[in-house]
Amino acid sequence: MSAHTSSPAGEAAPRPVLDIAALRVSFDTDQGEVRAVKDVSFEVAPGEIVAIVGESGSGKTVTAKTILGLLPETAHSSGAVIVSGNDIITANPRQLRAIRGRDVSMVFQEPSTALNPVRTVGWQIAEGLRAHRPQGKRVGRREARALAIEALGKVGIPEPHKRVDYYPHQFSGGQKQRVVIAAALALNPGLIVADEPTTALDVTVQAEILELLRDLRDRYGTSIVLITHNMGVVADLADRVVVMFEGDVVEEAGAEKLFAEPREAYTQKLLAAVPHLGRNSASAGFTERAFQDKEVLVRATDLEIEYPGRLGSPAFRAVDKVSFTISAGEVFGLVGESGSGKTTIGRAIAGLNRTTGGSLNVLGYEMRDYKERSFRPLRKDIGFVFQDPAASFNPHLSIGECVAEPLYIHTDLSGSAVTNKVAQLLESVQLPAAYAKRFPHELSGGQRQRASLARGLALKPKLLIADEPTSALDVSVQAKVLELFREIQSELGFAALFISHDLAVVDILAEWVGVLYKGRLVEQGIGTQVMSNPQDDYTKRLIASLPVPNPAEQAKRRAVHQALLAAK
Amino acid sequence: METKRSLLGRLPIISQLRKSVGLQRGMLVAGIALTLLFLLTAALAPLIAPYGATQRFDETQAPPSSVHLWGTTAGGYDVFSRTIWGAQTAFLVIVVAVALSIFLGVILGLVSGYIGGWLDRVLVVVADAIYAFPTLLLAMVMSIAISQGRSDMWSGIFSAAISITVVFIPQYYRVIRAETIRLKAEPFVESAIVVGASSVRIMARHIYKNATRTLPLIFTLNASEAILTLAGLGFLGFGIEPSAAAEWGYDLNHAQSDATAGIWWTGVFPGVAIVLTVLGLTLLGESMNDLNDPRLRGRKQAKKKKELVDA
Repeated sequence: MSAHTSSPAGEAAPRPVLDIAALRVSFDTDQGEVRAVKDVSFEVAPGEIVAIVGESGSGKTVTAKTILGLLPETAHSSGAVIVSGNDIITANPRQLRAIRGRDVSMVFQEPSTALNPVRTVGWQIAEGLRAHRPQGKRVGRREARALAIEALGKVGIPEPHKRVDYYPHQFSGGQKQRVVIAAALALNPGLIVADEPTTALDVTVQAEILELLRDLRDRYGTSIVLITHNMGVVADLADRVVVMFEGDVVEEAGAEKLFAEPREAYTQKLLAAVPHLGRNSASAGFTERAFQDKEVLVRATDLEIEYPGRLGSPAFRAVDKVSFTISAGEVFGLVGESGSGKTTIGRAIAGLNRTTGGSLNVLGYEMRDYKERSFRPLRKDIGFVFQDPAASFNPHLSIGECVAEPLYIHTDLSGSAVTNKVAQLLESVQLPAAYAKRFPHELSGGQRQRASLARGLALKPKLLIADEPTSALDVSVQAKVLELFREIQSELGFAALFISHDLAVVDILAEWVGVLYKGRLVEQGIGTQVMSNPQDDYTKRLIASLPVPNPAEQAKRRAVHQALLAAK
Repeated sequence: METKRSLLGRLPIISQLRKSVGLQRGMLVAGIALTLLFLLTAALAPLIAPYGATQRFDETQAPPSSVHLWGTTAGGYDVFSRTIWGAQTAFLVIVVAVALSIFLGVILGLVSGYIGGWLDRVLVVVADAIYAFPTLLLAMVMSIAISQGRSDMWSGIFSAAISITVVFIPQYYRVIRAETIRLKAEPFVESAIVVGASSVRIMARHIYKNATRTLPLIFTLNASEAILTLAGLGFLGFGIEPSAAAEWGYDLNHAQSDATAGIWWTGVFPGVAIVLTVLGLTLLGESMNDLNDPRLRGRKQAKKKKELVDA
């Protein structure tokens, strides 16, 4: 085992914390062998933050899991993954247990599932300590507790003495991720593998977690391998970037250099596809709200939507006194973090949620007196594009049948006329007509979302509601779908409510933008004005915490963001 | 041709057989073989059995001989013929029972899960109440109520089948209802609502096919339970009369007193028939269950693993 450590590079540079050489990983599946990682080599120096970026299927998560020896039984790996002198690939389970936590530990994507809900966070942090017996002796209960308190303090949890006895549900999402990081740090490993550590978090919380990770590196010299698909996060945190594509390393460079002058075509394409706040804005040059002379399709006045609470607890108010209008032809962008009520508003307009107060008028129909039977005729004028293209198609129907569904319900077209119309629709979203015969699982995510758009537009609706239509897609695919959406919208001129958590995406499509925070519409205005000159405190914070894919610019923005937080 | 083959590959059992390896394949093949044996016996009973099911002979309790291959019973029935014909009775009862309970269970489950409200609550309570009864007791009560002492073959088969149906409906109902409730929240169902599809259309076109994927599995497992219930009813004297059709449970019951007198052939053969049929169906159902779950399914592994370790 120690044969690997005597590398010739030992004298000059400090020995790398992680050295991956010619790593290959393949999986046994029903369809035979699948090679997830083909040939990956890179090093991580002490105190360095290396980001592995790539789209889904690039093998970045498999690479990360290999570093901790967390691959499932069906995986076969070869090559060398050397962590602090130990080769993970040839290590037996006992050696692996000793390495995990002590030399390398992991921060997971979803903090709410990475913590055990029935144990206190202190217990979970101490678990690693007790498993490892640092300095050769068992860690006592009291000592473990003290160490857990210290770890919680390190990651910035206020009142760690009290909080150590709290259960995971008593923390917010961002705090939970801090606890997960505290558990990863408990034994002071030289390396932390963070697999999409901020993907499940809101932008404002993401900024805090990124700040924490940077701070940990600066103070304790911990190396971090950051797995992410978000170029903004990379620009904010990484020193060096490894770009992966279909199991291979495409390019490896310092962060500044990679963003400034990407060498490979794939990297250039990837970077060009990332939406950048303030570029390519739909409302560029606008001084007043457009389409105001047109018919108003949706008018919400003091709209309230409550979800009934459980027995004894009060109802949860998801939408609180929200007023806005959407006129014919206009794209209204609704931005907000999770729980802000943005999806609830979209669903209420489509009649999937009931309103509980105020007024919501959709195409002249008052949703307060909603009856499925009387609203049904209006449904042909409303299209809906769902967030997850994989789940919004019936897996047993072909794409053609799914797209044809609205035609069958609302028109009397004959079978062959429907087939023709479906072919036309698919072509309008740049899908070959032959795809009508395929089943949803035979299409890629982007293709499915195009088909979903085709279904939403089948009856030429006056209003299209798009609920996070691109958030489940890779950036390069997202860019294409957004472009398509923009083209079709300007061609057909339907009004749209575009819901997203991503400010940059909304800015590309929407002329008029509304910002939701905890159920209230805190600000609305012309897209460019909201983005460049926000009025509300929350909007300011939201925009400042959005990382941009440019390290130099992001460093400036970070300073602004911190000033904003300090001023609060 | 291409599509035809893939269609064949997608059929239950055949697709599972392709996926299976090792012990799991052995279990599945054994299950298929036993079940096929049972089905063939049932179908070809008139050709295989030398005598009719209700034919009586003067020689009672005769040991196996060339005239009566597996001997005769105290009532003068030919054991071999009775056992063969019994497969047919069992098969008919399973088909009628499972068909009825799937039909009703699926419809009730879909409506109850999708519409919800008071209808759902009432049906759940009824299903729970039926569950609370001991199944055999319930089947006995139903059998008495339905047959009312009549004893020809079809009314016997129907009364046995319906008694079993009553026990099984809640099982299908619950599975389908749970799936329906899960699917109701799926985006593809919501997208059908948004498009303006009616409730009947949503249930029939979008939920039905997705909710019934687990049915072949419950079907095979229930078929074996149906045989046991039928045999239990027959054993207790609530099944089909011997003068109407051959039934394994009844024969077992009447073999009880023979066993102490050293007359083994009247009990062993119908008993073995029950065991093999139930075993076959259970093996089939269980291995399909395992193979449908990717986490339980063993995978084909080439000798790759060794090479990698060596290298």
